[in-house]
Formats: sequence, structure tokens, C-alpha cells
Amino acid sequence: MRLPLVKGAFGEGGEGIVKMRINGEEVLFNPPPGSLADLLSALAVPQARIAVERNGRIIPRAERESCPVAEGDAIEIVTLVGGG
Amino acid sequence: MSTTERPDFLDTPLCVGPLTLGSRLIVGTGKYRDLDESADCLRLSGADMVTVAIRRVSPAAVGERSLWDVIPPEMHILPNTAGCYTVDDCIRTAHLARELLGDERGRLIKVEVIGDEKTLFPDVAATIEATRRLALEGFICMPYITDDPVSCLRLLDAGASAVMPLAAPIGSGLGIRNPYNLAIILEQVRARSTVPVIVDAGVGTASDAARAMEMGVDGVLMNTAIAGAKDARRMAVAMRDAVRAGRDAYLAGRIPMKLYATASSPIEGLIGS
Repeated sequence: MRLPLVKGAFGEGGEGIVKMRINGEEVLFNPPPGSLADLLSALAVPQARIAVERNGRIIPRAERESCPVAEGDAIEIVTLVGGG
Repeated sequence: MSTTERPDFLDTPLCVGPLTLGSRLIVGTGKYRDLDESADCLRLSGADMVTVAIRRVSPAAVGERSLWDVIPPEMHILPNTAGCYTVDDCIRTAHLARELLGDERGRLIKVEVIGDEKTLFPDVAATIEATRRLALEGFICMPYITDDPVSCLRLLDAGASAVMPLAAPIGSGLGIRNPYNLAIILEQVRARSTVPVIVDAGVGTASDAARAMEMGVDGVLMNTAIAGAKDARRMAVAMRDAVRAGRDAYLAGRIPMKLYATASSPIEGLIGS
């Protein structure tokens, strides 16, 4: 999975680049997302149809706005797909 | 009376935990050629429950029509833990499924803990342990298991809401490999419990599904048999009819098998010589 360098999504930059692992791939964010919800918006992922883990812990939907994200975080974003 | 009319005979629904299903066919959503085919086959199969898998979001798929858009809202979604080889992975996947579907819809789980890549046979010990832990957490567990009667009984002890013995390896199309084991499973599970026995995996064609239902199995779960057919839509219809036919035949009470003939036409009133 290749996600682009995400730039300038959150207003003024200058706080520096942060690197996180999203679905197994390194992604650079500039400026750093303030919360998990911000991160998901930056990735343009439809938030209703996903579940998210941060560093191995599921972050419930209701906590996405308040959940911080930081340099080095491992984020897993999953959804339902076809299967038997 | 038109040739398409069919008398409706009564049957009890398929009960899985607190759920009531009108159809005894459960279908998967994998391996279809495209979403239109998936949507049509789900509808044509008449199934009330459908399996799905949990996987990472693909960025290419963001914004496009997805599986979420083609599963009718009234269908029960049964997330599976396919691809898991350990108890921990299975439980982690179940938790993700519950988060995806919410506390109400998200309690159902098809417990799959695989033991071998080539056969995709379940790791029986791990499946039983995962079922035990998930059932304690309040999940409605439908574990995929080998056609081994002892394993099925252990799953009852573990709190499973269904037992789902395989007919044959996933996607193999071999049909019921061991009907004797399946008959023993039916007898022994029923002696102890009302938990349904659902044949899951290895069905190849309509007669396999009908045969399972004729044996008295409570339901059949299949994916490849439909999705992999040359005309998947037509096979979905065939399977719907096969499950119904097998069920009706079972409830109708078949004739015994005899070595010798018994005439169908009367012996009395034969024209004299």
C-alpha cells in the first residue's frame, strides 16, 4: 500500500515531519496530525466503514477525536472485504 | 395451477444463538468477478446470512463502491477470522469485526484458526480455545472445524452457537468426504444440544448441498461453489433450490434402501392368460 506524503492538511506547517507506520507502510505527515481523526481525514478514509488500531489497541469510533497520534505510531486501518 | 407454483410446507427456521434465519443456505462474498456479480448472487441465493473477511483498507478502493454497498441491510453479516493461524490473531480479528459492526450486529463471528496452509484445515485445539474465550466475551461463535465428532463436542463445551464441520477442504469442490463422520456428528451433537450443525467448506455442486440437507444437517455454508462457477448467478439459484430440495426430502421421510425390488404396480387384477 503506497500512501503519499501528506502535506499541509492542518493549517500552518512548520512543526516538522512525523513518520508513522500505516497498514505496514511508512508514511510521512507534515504537519503532524493532531488526533487520530485528523490522521484519518488526511488519508481520506471513509470513517464510518473502518476499524482502527493504534499500537495494537483498538481505538473505538467515539475516541478518535480525542486520541493523540505520535511519531513512530503503528496504525492499522481495516474494513470488511469479500470472504468465505 | 401454474407449473411454477410450489406448495409451501412448514419448516422451523435455522436458529443460531438468538438469531432466526429463514434460509438454511449461508453464502460467502469472496472470489466474485465484480460487485455486481456479488450483489446478484447474494440476492439469488435467498440467503439470510453472508460471510465477510476483515482486511486492511486499500487506498485504491477509497471512494469507490464497496462490499458495504451491495450487502442488503436485512442480511446478517458473519465476519470470519480467515487468515488467522493463532488464537491471539483470531481474537484480535473478532474484536476488530465487533468494532466495525457495532455491539449489536458485531457479536457474530465465524471462528477460523487455520492449522495448515495447503489444506486450510483448522487447528482444532486453537479453534476450541478461541471459541471458548470469545464465547465468554459474549460473541455468538460459529466455528469452522474438521469433520471430527470429538472436536464438535468440545466446541459445544466451549460455548459455540453452531458447529460447522467441513465437507472437504475450502474451495476443493469435493463434496462430503466423510458422510459417516457427519452422521455421527449429527447424532452426538443432537443428543446433547440444540446447537445447529452447518456444513461449511468443500461443497462443489448442487447435489453436494442437497445431500448434506438430506442427511439432516441444519444448514450449508458455501462460497467458492457459487463464486467459482462459470455462471455464478445460475449456480446461486441452483444452490438455493438444492438446499430447499434436500431439506424437504429430509422432512418428507425417505423410503428405506432395499436390496430387492418391491413392485410399484399392483399384483391383483392382472389380465389372465
